[in-house]
Amino acid sequence: MADTVKLPEDSFKPISADDRTALDSEKIAAPSLTFAQDAWRRLRKNKGAWISLIVLAIVFIMAFGSIFVSPHDPNAVNPSYANLPSKIPGIGINGFNGTLVQAGQRVDAYKQAGASNLHYIMGTDYLGRDLFSRVLYGTRISLIIALVATLFDLTIGVTYGMFSGWKGGRIDTIMQRIIEIILSIPNLVVIVLLILILKPGMTSIIIAIALTSWTNMARLVRAQTMELKEQEFILAARTLGERPMQIAFKHLLPNLSSVIIINTMFTIPNAIFFEATLSYIGIGISSPQASLGTLLNDGQKNFQFLPYQMWWPALVLSIIMLAFNLLGDGLRDAFDPRTKE
Amino acid sequence: MENEKNILEVRNLQVNFKTYAGDVKAIRDVSFDLRKGETLAIVGESGSGKSVTTRTIMGLNASNADIASGTIKYKGDDLLKKSEKEMEAIRGQDIAEIFQDPMTSLDPTMKIGRQIAEPLMVHKGMKKEKALAQALEMMKLVGITDAENRINDYPHQFSGGMRQRIVIAIALVNYPEILIADEPTTALDVTIQAQILNLMKELQDKISTSIIFITHDLGVVAGMADRVAVMYAGKIVEYGTVDEIFYNPKHPYTWGLLSSMPTMDTGGDELPSIPGTPPDLLDPPKGDAFAARNAYALKIDTEKEPPFFKVSDTHYAATWLMHPDAPEVTPPAQIVERQKKYADMQSKLVQTQRTTGPVEEEEEQQ
Amino acid sequence: MAKYLAKRIFYLVLTLFIVITVTFFLMKLLPGTPLTNQAKLSKSQIALIYEQYGLNKPVWQQYLLYLAGAVRGNFGTSFQFSDQPVSYLLSSRIGPSLQIGLQAMIFGVIIGIIVGSFGAMKQNTWVDTSATFVSILGISIPSFVLAVLLQYYLGLKLGWFPIAEWGGFIYTVLPTLALGATPLAESARFVRTEMVDVLSSDYIELAKAKGLSRTGVIYHHALRNSLIPLITIVGPLAVNIMTGSMVVENIFSIPGIGEQFVKSVLTNDYPTIMGLTIIYSFMLCVVLLFTDILYGIVDPRIRITGKAN
Ligand SMILES: Nc1ncnc2c1ncn2[C@@H]1O[C@H](COP(=O)(O)OP(=O)(O)O)[C@@H](O)[C@H]1O
Ligand SMILES: [Mg+2]
Repeated sequence: MADTVKLPEDSFKPISADDRTALDSEKIAAPSLTFAQDAWRRLRKNKGAWISLIVLAIVFIMAFGSIFVSPHDPNAVNPSYANLPSKIPGIGINGFNGTLVQAGQRVDAYKQAGASNLHYIMGTDYLGRDLFSRVLYGTRISLIIALVATLFDLTIGVTYGMFSGWKGGRIDTIMQRIIEIILSIPNLVVIVLLILILKPGMTSIIIAIALTSWTNMARLVRAQTMELKEQEFILAARTLGERPMQIAFKHLLPNLSSVIIINTMFTIPNAIFFEATLSYIGIGISSPQASLGTLLNDGQKNFQFLPYQMWWPALVLSIIMLAFNLLGDGLRDAFDPRTKE
Repeated sequence: MENEKNILEVRNLQVNFKTYAGDVKAIRDVSFDLRKGETLAIVGESGSGKSVTTRTIMGLNASNADIASGTIKYKGDDLLKKSEKEMEAIRGQDIAEIFQDPMTSLDPTMKIGRQIAEPLMVHKGMKKEKALAQALEMMKLVGITDAENRINDYPHQFSGGMRQRIVIAIALVNYPEILIADEPTTALDVTIQAQILNLMKELQDKISTSIIFITHDLGVVAGMADRVAVMYAGKIVEYGTVDEIFYNPKHPYTWGLLSSMPTMDTGGDELPSIPGTPPDLLDPPKGDAFAARNAYALKIDTEKEPPFFKVSDTHYAATWLMHPDAPEVTPPAQIVERQKKYADMQSKLVQTQRTTGPVEEEEEQQ
Repeated sequence: MAKYLAKRIFYLVLTLFIVITVTFFLMKLLPGTPLTNQAKLSKSQIALIYEQYGLNKPVWQQYLLYLAGAVRGNFGTSFQFSDQPVSYLLSSRIGPSLQIGLQAMIFGVIIGIIVGSFGAMKQNTWVDTSATFVSILGISIPSFVLAVLLQYYLGLKLGWFPIAEWGGFIYTVLPTLALGATPLAESARFVRTEMVDVLSSDYIELAKAKGLSRTGVIYHHALRNSLIPLITIVGPLAVNIMTGSMVVENIFSIPGIGEQFVKSVLTNDYPTIMGLTIIYSFMLCVVLLFTDILYGIVDPRIRITGKAN
């Protein structure tokens, strides 16, 4: 087995200092990823999450951009153009070409209404309002409600969870019991009660949703805080006499961020869902304001004859929910090393 | 190198893992034999490829594993060529495995009696009652007290040491030809470690199985193994009998491992561990993988991989220091001492041989 | 076990007591009386009605009376149907809600288990992708949208199922599907995650090392270990079904408590709303208690003792 090849003269000289540094640097060349880099890499690989992020960006830009540019005034009533179906220029497929079936015959609704030169890409509602503009408007309201509610819910949930987890002991037990009691009534019931007390409207919806949906965040944050509390860097900070507030902001929050971000991605669609349900029931947003829920409710009344009036808002609502869920999933997989492949 | 005595022959095994960053070359040309009835220890730092080797033998590698080359001959058949069905028949019947962490390797929701009986039901087609009866015998054999009453307990009702006994019972219930123990004591307390090792030795005699004993701790090898293979960065760098590895080590990596091992003399003092970290197997270095951490590195180490140099018939080391042209180096003091002991032992052996006449030579051809 | 049960039941009663108390005083904050829906009445008539509802007594007396009544299942008289006790109104409606709720739960969880475990077993294949897609879709489409779509396409257009009526089992199919979609999606997702975790665990590797076949490993070890934790989400799923039923019952004209809840909210029928809140909370507490006990029974690691937590 010994070698038979002729080796260079100096082969058996001990390694020089230069060579050694070269060897050492080779070692470092290995790509060692930090936690954030690693998470980022995994997120980047997740096509669903990426598409969702892009879709959400588009939805946000369009919904909020429509404050400045909207194809039509979402509240402009025009009875003569009422209930016009979808008409997207250049698309001849039934359902998108401005025709609908009347008494067994497909007719051009736009011609009938004397609006052949117009096109409403999502059609119009029973008052002749442009559905596309209303969907944009409704999306905006739904998103605002969801985001503001989530922001409150985040603040309450994170503070409550951190406090409970940090204090531990009796205080923790009592705080957890309170959560259990809140959780023993279905959220929607509590929300409805709160809205009845606060009078229906955007603000009360936001408050009601915020006041009921923080429990999940609080529980997750508490669990994580209890784990972190025992770790050395926190113990060190405590022995060094850092104040609880300092520890919370400097040490706890950064380490809680992945839990918080992931859970937020699931809180937002939940809030959107609650808002839609409330408006659908009829105690949410009321006209002339619109949200995806009210649009669904309006559309559902005529679904048999003018299905597009519900299809469009339903589609937008589902896409937003889908995107948040996929993004949340993607983030969770990215932050959770267990799913590492 | 076919050999009657070899029950397992691993040749030129190469295993890569496909990852996002490229291929991790986890096993890079590994060959070794396991003889009937012996215990072969495979020693190396964590990450050196010990577990991948055992998983490859069991046919249980991760889905991203690619066995690039090699053969694993068990009783003459190449395990790597066997179908999944054929491997199922071998696993737990001919080759069994014990894993590192007894706390997680038992099904938490199944009674332990049933878990021990399972291999019997799978391989011997036994009915549950009969298999449970035999499982009970096995429980007694591995030293679980009050076995009759504990057969219906769940894993969480046992301590770590007891759980490892249960895992051993599962592995041995079919009297396998080969037992692979992948760091079976790493997760246990020192006192429990000794008990488990004793149990394994004892059972090996009773049911005459061959053991591949994986560990990163040379300390537990001494009383356990007949032969030792030292593994580094996906390669075997030195192998020989226990005495040869312990008292006449030739590879600087083995020196490092031995120096970082607690002994009676060093006691609880700070142990010098090998400085540096193992190389990245995504892009293994040219030449000797240990060069960067090797205080005795030669120029050639950075250029060419060392072949195995023969020390004795049973002892080989893959280091350029063994090359006739290599400069004479003085190993660390501790190693020198060990080698001196070895020399003494050898000369004593020669003396006793002279007085008692030649003993039967243990020719162990590699 | 008995000690544990007693303790849990004590907590259940305590929770309900707090729920009743809080709802009662919240309701007192609300504007409106039983007279809001009535035409002009004379002073004496008003006094009479106030007496009938006990509204002339001090609040704390009203509260005690309410509490005493609630214990016996008496939640006062409906504002909307002024001669009907709330308990009577609701008792006839609870059956249909329970039926579709249970059906939706069973349907959703069973199909969810199947979808989820196939996804996990065929991890990172098209099976997994479609299973994930189904579950994400089920979570993303609100049940009331699904209800309208099912009603229109399967009911009206294809005529497979009767709609807007309530009768035998056939009438429950569409609402069950609409309500079961989210539990299906949630449990599929949950089971997939659990099973992926379980499949990569050490004891599964040991099971493989024993020589068990793929199906043997799944059937004897993976399934049980990944399904046991599913019990923990039955509570949240029940909440989801209760929430969904409020709208879905409306869409399918099911005479259940969900539909009644919405009706009562729209007509400010406070006694009925309160009664329903308590009933919902009671049902949820029972579900949570039941699942906790079940979990303790099926998971050998959890020993039910009288000790807290
Ligand atoms: N599934 C896998 N994918 C990628 N790399 C792997 C995989 N399994 C093991 N490895 C790599 O193979 C090398 C050897 O691992 P292992 O055999 O577990 O080491 P040990 O000697 O500690 O048992 C390590 O570098 C490890 O990162
Ligand atoms: Mg290992």
